[in-house]
Amino acid sequence: MRDGVRGLLARRFDSEALRAAAGTPGLDRALWRELGAAGFFALRLPEADGGVGLGLPEAVLAFEEAGRVLLPGPLVASHLAAGEVAGAAAGETVVAAVDGGLVEWLAEADIVRGDAEGARPLRSVDPLTPLHRVPADTTGGAAAGPADPVAVLLTAAEQLGTAGRTCELAVQHARTREQFGQPIGAFQAVKHLCAQMLVRTEVARAAVYAAAVTAGPADIAAARLLADEAAVRGARDCLQVHGGMGFTWESEVHLHLKRAWVRAQRTGGATESEELLAADLVA
Amino acid sequence: MDLSYAPEEEEFRARLRQWLAKVLPFLPPKPSPGDWPARRAYDLGWQRMLYDAGYAGLHWPADAGGRGATPTQHLIFLEETEKAGAPYVGANFVGLLHAGPTIAAEGSAGQRTRWLPPILRGEEVWCQGFSEPDAGSDLAALRTRACRDGDDYVVSGSKIWTSHAEVADWCELLVRTDPGAPRHRGITWLAMPMDAPGITVRPLRTLAGSAEFAEVFLDEVRVPVANRVGEENDGWRVTMVTLSFERGTAFVGEVVACRRVLGELARAAQQNGQWDDPVLRRRLGRLNAEFRALWRLTQWNVSEAEAGGGVPGVGGSVFKLGYSHARQELYDTAADVLGPDSLDLGRPWMLERLSSLSYTIAAGTSQIQRNIVAERILGLPKGR
Repeated sequence: MRDGVRGLLARRFDSEALRAAAGTPGLDRALWRELGAAGFFALRLPEADGGVGLGLPEAVLAFEEAGRVLLPGPLVASHLAAGEVAGAAAGETVVAAVDGGLVEWLAEADIVRGDAEGARPLRSVDPLTPLHRVPADTTGGAAAGPADPVAVLLTAAEQLGTAGRTCELAVQHARTREQFGQPIGAFQAVKHLCAQMLVRTEVARAAVYAAAVTAGPADIAAARLLADEAAVRGARDCLQVHGGMGFTWESEVHLHLKRAWVRAQRTGGATESEELLAADLVA
Repeated sequence: MDLSYAPEEEEFRARLRQWLAKVLPFLPPKPSPGDWPARRAYDLGWQRMLYDAGYAGLHWPADAGGRGATPTQHLIFLEETEKAGAPYVGANFVGLLHAGPTIAAEGSAGQRTRWLPPILRGEEVWCQGFSEPDAGSDLAALRTRACRDGDDYVVSGSKIWTSHAEVADWCELLVRTDPGAPRHRGITWLAMPMDAPGITVRPLRTLAGSAEFAEVFLDEVRVPVANRVGEENDGWRVTMVTLSFERGTAFVGEVVACRRVLGELARAAQQNGQWDDPVLRRRLGRLNAEFRALWRLTQWNVSEAEAGGGVPGVGGSVFKLGYSHARQELYDTAADVLGPDSLDLGRPWMLERLSSLSYTIAAGTSQIQRNIVAERILGLPKGR
């Protein structure tokens, strides 16, 4: 399953495609249908309903892969819509959703779930995620109700992908870039940044994979917090390791950081998860 | 990630719980922390109880007198004994977790017969003579000299950070036997009887106020050549063979304990009103996330070790970096819960807060661990 998704993404959305997409953003409908054909959206639907019949653990692996390559599009919303919105499972219908006061890909989607009344476009920080802001009085934090735990977990899986990928990119750069006559990765200051990236990634991985097995609310909240941190800080450190190149548009590093920021805002931000985990201690 | 346990593992857990419930109420009272002979007697007494019940050397190979338990059974053992409030391994630590396994792996038949059964039966205490004042993180720089004289080595030098030295019967000692060889190739592993003439033990007071360690000074101490495990000058390899012996289980009991403390902190905060502070509450929530993840990572490392896949010695570095930081954060948060009372060492958690400061130093500093992770896992080049 994981290899299948990884293979498809390597073929259809490699680093070059990612950089090209950043210049000319837009949803690749053909790729969306290929994802549908590969079962990305129908993964958790029962086979009787035309789905793949797998569970959350497999979905988490697929979303981790999508997160690694920064696959653009409303992936979580469309995955959750499979079986509920006609054509979503097959990748024929692109489904967006109101989430955390924002809507990703509103203009490009065929269907928007939730109340997007009065939504206005933002100048999105992430060139690969067009965003609309929904007026607070129609979605309002608490009024929107608690976040769908599956959406929280799949987003965490994407963040895990980014955490792993940014660690790899930093290590690759640190091994090849030379200054003062040696690879910069031989300097402990750089080495230790990379080591901490791996530590955060592996701790987050344990949390995300465990939450996929138990599907418990506290486990999912933990996965979210640790994966957000691993992704955002990983992308920041990756940028730092890349030095001046990391500050350029040409390098893909900024795209990882910006997407990590976007995902961290999904499903109500970190506060709700922290409060849930605090309440769990005295339950 | 497989989080389920096999039926025989659940049965093992159930039997262990039953036994703990039966014996723990009849334990003698805990000795005072400063009374080393009493601590020795208490720890050995517990080991004897484990031996009689068939739990001694659970994770040791069967041919060394152990039970040959799987890493998962060992994890269950550590989890359940911690949850039940059973005594810690204490004075048996070095014997059960390092010296014993080293002898089991590298010792002669005679050495195994002489030294292993008393460890399992709770009759002899071992301490560790590795670190020296000038050989800490850089252990291979050790300088304690051993010169051959007939059937003995004559050993002079000093060791530091030696736990239980005051009450130990034996010391697993690393000495330099060939100063001319490359550093790692001139080291030898010896079992030194702690009652030999020429040994001076000086307790070392830690910042927590107690003497948990000692310095050990060696002045022409005679150690029989027969007490050498492995070949002369092969001691570095002999020592490293068992470093991954714990197979990911090193901190199982502690992580369980930290999760319990976290719950206690939350309830204490509810009682003293600090719970109304959202910053503190959310900090506790975040710690809950970290310790849940560290527990999963432990289970995972252990099952990887069981499958023969992972190398806990290296994966253990990732875990230790995360855990040592989280433990310090836990006890700093305890201080925030207590407010001004955090300055009172008579309060719960405040001595543990002090001892938690050693976690980023002992058994490889965080800086050394990051080098290990960067070089051995990530493949970054060694620096100059």
